Amino acid sequence: MTINAASFSELRLDRLSRDFGTHNALKDVSLTIKQGEFIALLGPSGCGKSTTLNLIAGLLPATGGGIWLDDKRIDPLRPEERGFGMVFQNYALFPHMSVNKNIGFGLKMRGVPRAEIDKRVAEAAALVRLQGQTEKLPGQLSGGQQQRVAIARAIVVEPPLVLMDEPLSNLDAKLRLEMRAEIRRIHNTLGATTIYVTHDQEEALSLADRIVVLRDGQVRQVGSPEDLFLRPDHLDVAEFMGFRNKVKGKVASVADGKASVAVGDAEISGRAREALSAGAEGFIAIRPEDLHPVAGSQPGLKAQVVSTEFRGREFVGFARMADGTDLSFLAHDKLSPGEAVTLAAEADRVLVYGAVA
Amino acid sequence: MSSADLSSIPLKQRLAARGYDGLTLLCLPAILFLLALFIYPFLYGLVLSFEPKQGGIFANYQRFFSDSFLYGTIGTTLWLALPVTIATLVLAIPIAFRVRLMKNQRLLTTILVVPITLGTVLVAEGLLNYLGPQGWFNRTLMTFGIISSPVKLLHNYWGVMLSLVITGFPFTFLLTLSYLSGIDPALEQAGATLGAGPWDRFKHILLPLLLPGLAITFCLSFVQAFSVFPSAVLLGAPSGPTRVISIAAYQAAFEEYDYSMASAVAMIMGVVQLTIVVLVLGVRGLFYRGPAGGGKG
Amino acid sequence: MVKDTRLSTKLWAAANWALIGFFVVNLLAMIATVVVSSFSTRWLGTWLPAGWTTRWYSAAWAEFQLYDVLFVTFQIAFLVVFLSGLIGVPAAYALARRDFPGKKLIMLLFLLPLLVPPITFGIPLATVLYQTGFAGSMSGVVLANLVPTVPFVILVMIPFIEQIDTKIESAARVFGANTFQLFIHVLLPLLAPGILAALLLVLVRTLAMFELTFLTAGPTSQTLVVALYYAVFAAGVRAVQSIDAMAVIYMATTLIWLVIALRFVNPTQIVARAKK
Repeated sequence: MTINAASFSELRLDRLSRDFGTHNALKDVSLTIKQGEFIALLGPSGCGKSTTLNLIAGLLPATGGGIWLDDKRIDPLRPEERGFGMVFQNYALFPHMSVNKNIGFGLKMRGVPRAEIDKRVAEAAALVRLQGQTEKLPGQLSGGQQQRVAIARAIVVEPPLVLMDEPLSNLDAKLRLEMRAEIRRIHNTLGATTIYVTHDQEEALSLADRIVVLRDGQVRQVGSPEDLFLRPDHLDVAEFMGFRNKVKGKVASVADGKASVAVGDAEISGRAREALSAGAEGFIAIRPEDLHPVAGSQPGLKAQVVSTEFRGREFVGFARMADGTDLSFLAHDKLSPGEAVTLAAEADRVLVYGAVA
Repeated sequence: MSSADLSSIPLKQRLAARGYDGLTLLCLPAILFLLALFIYPFLYGLVLSFEPKQGGIFANYQRFFSDSFLYGTIGTTLWLALPVTIATLVLAIPIAFRVRLMKNQRLLTTILVVPITLGTVLVAEGLLNYLGPQGWFNRTLMTFGIISSPVKLLHNYWGVMLSLVITGFPFTFLLTLSYLSGIDPALEQAGATLGAGPWDRFKHILLPLLLPGLAITFCLSFVQAFSVFPSAVLLGAPSGPTRVISIAAYQAAFEEYDYSMASAVAMIMGVVQLTIVVLVLGVRGLFYRGPAGGGKG
Repeated sequence: MVKDTRLSTKLWAAANWALIGFFVVNLLAMIATVVVSSFSTRWLGTWLPAGWTTRWYSAAWAEFQLYDVLFVTFQIAFLVVFLSGLIGVPAAYALARRDFPGKKLIMLLFLLPLLVPPITFGIPLATVLYQTGFAGSMSGVVLANLVPTVPFVILVMIPFIEQIDTKIESAARVFGANTFQLFIHVLLPLLAPGILAALLLVLVRTLAMFELTFLTAGPTSQTLVVALYYAVFAAGVRAVQSIDAMAVIYMATTLIWLVIALRFVNPTQIVARAKK
């Protein structure tokens, strides 16, 4: 394999900001990305993740801060001078050019000799497994194949950085899983530094070395997939990462990274994720799959069953607490609506946060 | 299904299954109207052109192609229509590219579209004032010392040419702009991230995607310019350098009252237009003609 | 769109703006010349006329019998608008909702009168209209003007109708509406903006349509634009200012309707729709 990633040691975003009129799409985002990393920018729509990507690509001018590639400031450069590779959400393949021409476009723009273009295009096509399709026009390809062309076109120029803007969002569920594995395989083969924008936490968890969670134009947390999955720093990140049950209570005790929260007449213990003080308002966050019915005598959340749905091995239950908080949980047996239930989770699976600022 | 089964289904249902039902009949009045007032006159004119006042069936055509005063009008008209079409395109393309980048296009497009409603007659009347030896145009040029004596722009080729550019521009511009707006902006962004500068993006991405649309625009603008009539009379020299083919047709019909000859000229006019259109569309067939989007989405 | 700050790009942008500016300035100056002239007492060999007056308007009004001409013009224009809507909208509806063998051929039939310039088909059409006795009267002018406007309404309306979900009509049927009720209560309100836009454009087209009216009109069925042509053609007989006053009146009648039409539609969309 002769496709390589150009070498640099780090890409730095330094207090990067972007306003659209009065609306702050991005506020003081700072981030350092090391060569070879696969970074996912994760967040709900409107969080600023695509804006960040467009700023790095040069498709949008920044209104504050800078972007540095090692000691070279790149944010004043035009997109064509940055030499990054980008995979667009709808692929943006040139409809009038064959697959070969699409892949070779970046090389042609760089003035690479014809013979070398042919050789490198063939290699890139082989890498994304598109052999035999290269004379077709993009319109004659399936969605997955178009995706492969878009990836080949971005990596064939050996960019220091590959930017991907929700590349799998237009594919159906089965193809999405397949292409996810492909993207990871290609990354492992080339080692190209990749920034991947997505709103799908499962995608981010399975692909990325590090995940950057954005919300309202600000970085909420940066960490490994394990970090984010097990130890979200903030309540909103926890909710986004699947801790769907959020229950308000009063912090009863804090000690040694553990805390317990009084909810009704029960005390629920869990891991403290923020600085907490006893007596203050607090929240517990629990994933539905960790919350189960227990005997009524045990400590837990008291609620009334609303409904249960059969999900193969188990039942997914929905319940409502006396104060109106909705809970979802897993149960082994079907429960009838209206039935009183006590729900509890292992202390290790419960996260405790302070009051929302 | 056997034929016996088929015939057991009522005719009405069989027709409906193919799309013919009461609703389809709603387009019948329009079809009949156009057959009566578009197709029939055309065929009538075609037949009439072969029934000359005197001579054999081809006498009109023989007369047309042997009289330089008549056949010369084809060349005169082409010599006007082709440069005008090219000029409006050359004017419209960069303006359309510029307008595309604007956030609020409405005011400018409205101003640029105004000449459509002015119509050829008013533009001719306006140009008679504006471009005349004492008009503002010549005065301005002379004030700035660009010329020493008024440029003669009226009652010759240039007057007709300018009025055709003004009246033809809005349509060409609107068509170009709408074809241009149909190109996915992400394609240009993709080109930029791959290292293409503004000129390369135009040459390799926008232009190839725009060409098929430009071919259509060329045809429509050409056909309009080719049928120039009022401005050739009012602004040109209708008996000399701007004696266009529609003048010949008009004179045959309403001055000589030779409808047969007039129909022959109209048919010749149609054939020349058609030939150019077919030629341009033939060239268009060589380009990519699919959708100008960047993929599924 | 990629932002660019390079010098060459800026120069190119400046050149584009200069081109737009040149075109717009000359266009507006040309229109202004006509307007200024129509209000001038005498305007020979100077930047601005010697004095101002409105008497050319009353002169033009009397000399060209503008009252009659305007009356005829609007009679013709509104008849054309009404009839092209009446014939065109149902046809557009049928073509938007049904697919049937021969539809392509019918679409071609509707496309041709818009592609072939009026003077080309106008001459054989006028010949037929003269032979049948329609030409020279208002009915002849209306018939001739309908030839391009009926297809125009159809081609503008088809995409407009196609974007209306057929389920809405099915729903109306399920709830018991018959065809007439369906049309009055459901379709007409939904189609109204499109019909209005199409008909306003037909109005502007008819007011500005010179060739077809010129070829088929008689002395009592001239529209304003044809009267203007004859006035300009026979210039010298009458004062230039009086012709210009008439031109301004003509310009006002078409521009008003254009401005109204543009409040409802974006010009690029019309072309984008019509070209399909």
